[in-house]
Amino acid sequence: MRAAVRLAAWVYAIAIYGFIFLPVIVLVLFSLQATSFPIPPFTGPSLRWYQAVLSDARLTSALANSLLVAVLSSLASVTLGFLSAWGFARFVLPGSAILRGLITLPLTVSYLIIGMGLLVLFNWAGVPKSLLAAGIGHVVINLPLCFAIIYSQMGDHQINIERAARDLGAAEWKVLLMITVPVMAPAIFAGFFLSMTFSWDEFVISFLLTRFQTTLPVEIWNLLRSGLNPKTNAVGSLVFAVSIVLVVFFELTLLRRKPA
Amino acid sequence: MSAPLVDIRNVSHRFGQLAVLKNVSLAIEPGSYTILLGPSGSGKTTLLSILGGFVMPSKGKVFIRGADCTTVPPAKRPTTTVFQDYALFPHMSVGGNVGFGLRMQGVDGATRAAKAREALALVGLAAAFDKKPHQLSGGQRQRVALARALVIEPAVLLLDEPLGALDLKLRRQMQDELKAIQKRVGTAFIHVTHDQEEAMALADHCVVMNDGRIEDEGPPERVYARPATRFSATFMGESTILAGAVTEAKNGIVTAMTAVGPISLPGASPAGATVALAIRPEHLALGEAKSDVTLGMAKVGDVVFQGSFKRVLATSALDPALQFIAKAPASAAIQAGDTIPVSCQAQDIILLAD
Repeated sequence: MRAAVRLAAWVYAIAIYGFIFLPVIVLVLFSLQATSFPIPPFTGPSLRWYQAVLSDARLTSALANSLLVAVLSSLASVTLGFLSAWGFARFVLPGSAILRGLITLPLTVSYLIIGMGLLVLFNWAGVPKSLLAAGIGHVVINLPLCFAIIYSQMGDHQINIERAARDLGAAEWKVLLMITVPVMAPAIFAGFFLSMTFSWDEFVISFLLTRFQTTLPVEIWNLLRSGLNPKTNAVGSLVFAVSIVLVVFFELTLLRRKPA
Repeated sequence: MSAPLVDIRNVSHRFGQLAVLKNVSLAIEPGSYTILLGPSGSGKTTLLSILGGFVMPSKGKVFIRGADCTTVPPAKRPTTTVFQDYALFPHMSVGGNVGFGLRMQGVDGATRAAKAREALALVGLAAAFDKKPHQLSGGQRQRVALARALVIEPAVLLLDEPLGALDLKLRRQMQDELKAIQKRVGTAFIHVTHDQEEAMALADHCVVMNDGRIEDEGPPERVYARPATRFSATFMGESTILAGAVTEAKNGIVTAMTAVGPISLPGASPAGATVALAIRPEHLALGEAKSDVTLGMAKVGDVVFQGSFKRVLATSALDPALQFIAKAPASAAIQAGDTIPVSCQAQDIILLAD
């Protein structure tokens, strides 16, 4: 009886993880297909489709665009998020709780709504569809995230550390750069890597706000319109691999606690 | 007499509706060790924060070396603070922590390192230069915080309950070292504590605070022997307090009517005034003795052996509200339940206006 329960538990666990990971495994497996269709039987392994991806100028330039947008928008998000978290944590502001709620609100709004709103706004303001517009969109979605992560880690203990620095003659910008930023570094890096992850595979906003130069998810979508082939699998696997690396960095920086 | 190093003039402070400091004035001499002693909520930490520049007083002025510093930010004041939680920079080495103030002054790296090592040697931590704060014990972090604050040679060093987080044995040891370091560097120290033993051991000048006011200030010996108020008689050491009313006052002798009968003692107080008579535990004599003021019989409630003496709590037979706190020799054969006569010398009684 107990053996049966244990067996059932194992089957259940395998089913759950299979459900989550099977699509990814299939994607990666058939990216190694040697023939022209990503359907069984598996004919690989072969790296020909990766070679095809890396020799496709449209895909490689989209990959570079994606990296550029991810890095710059994440830098902007983490900087603005850090400064707003510091402001909320260190100063008494009128309506502080409401303002804090407002700053994190975009987390609950769908990317589609944000993307459409920005499209209308940029149209009205005369900002052309571009990587810059998409980058601004990514700041809108990632700033609240960076704010929430950094604000949650900004405790009262650091107040005295900042005071001590001021007491020893440090100007305010030196306190921020030499004390607060290094002390908050784990949360700042975590915010940065999580923003990178979200920006890297974000589709809707990029789709709505870019035109000629575009990001990798949009380019993959273009590719998919002409049907499935192992090349899409290969580029998808690359996107997935980069996301994994970013998430690992995020986990390492946020979850690894320094000895007190 | 030279001008005081620190001159606090009529400082009041409110946090919202709450008045935490009420018209406090205090002068601090160069090279002195001043203790601000009081229970929590007495305003002592707020006063220290005002001196450090972290809090701007609602009213009044603060002068340091004759200059008005009331609104000068902490970075520009000749004061440094040792925080209760030490507030070391966790991402810097001990040497980096101690050298931080000099770095802010633009001192070059080599001089900085040399001075930081010197300051660390002063606090007995010369070997810790390259360590990180989390590798040190509580007492060692305390010393690093002290070295960090002293290395920039402040006019006044402010210490906010610096020994509060240490265990008793370490606290007594650090206490002796603090005093020695202060004498060596000659900087004026202002130290906040609620521990009266710490206050008596360290202070040149002891300031007793309660409810936002200075109750008493002076050398600790004087504050202990002749407290100015009833609060300082009970907070700085223990006292037995007898409430009374003055019936006669002439030729420097006051006679007061109390629950244990009339008591005459040297002092001055107008007839009719209500007074409190305070007697230190070591001045109460238990048993048949030759003391000149008899305080009636008392029933012993509790005897606590404390090594070199026994602390005796006894309730007066004449007034059950009157508790005697006495110190008896360790060899005294007193037990709970005994009824014994209590007496004292007239000159040991402290006359306090009530």
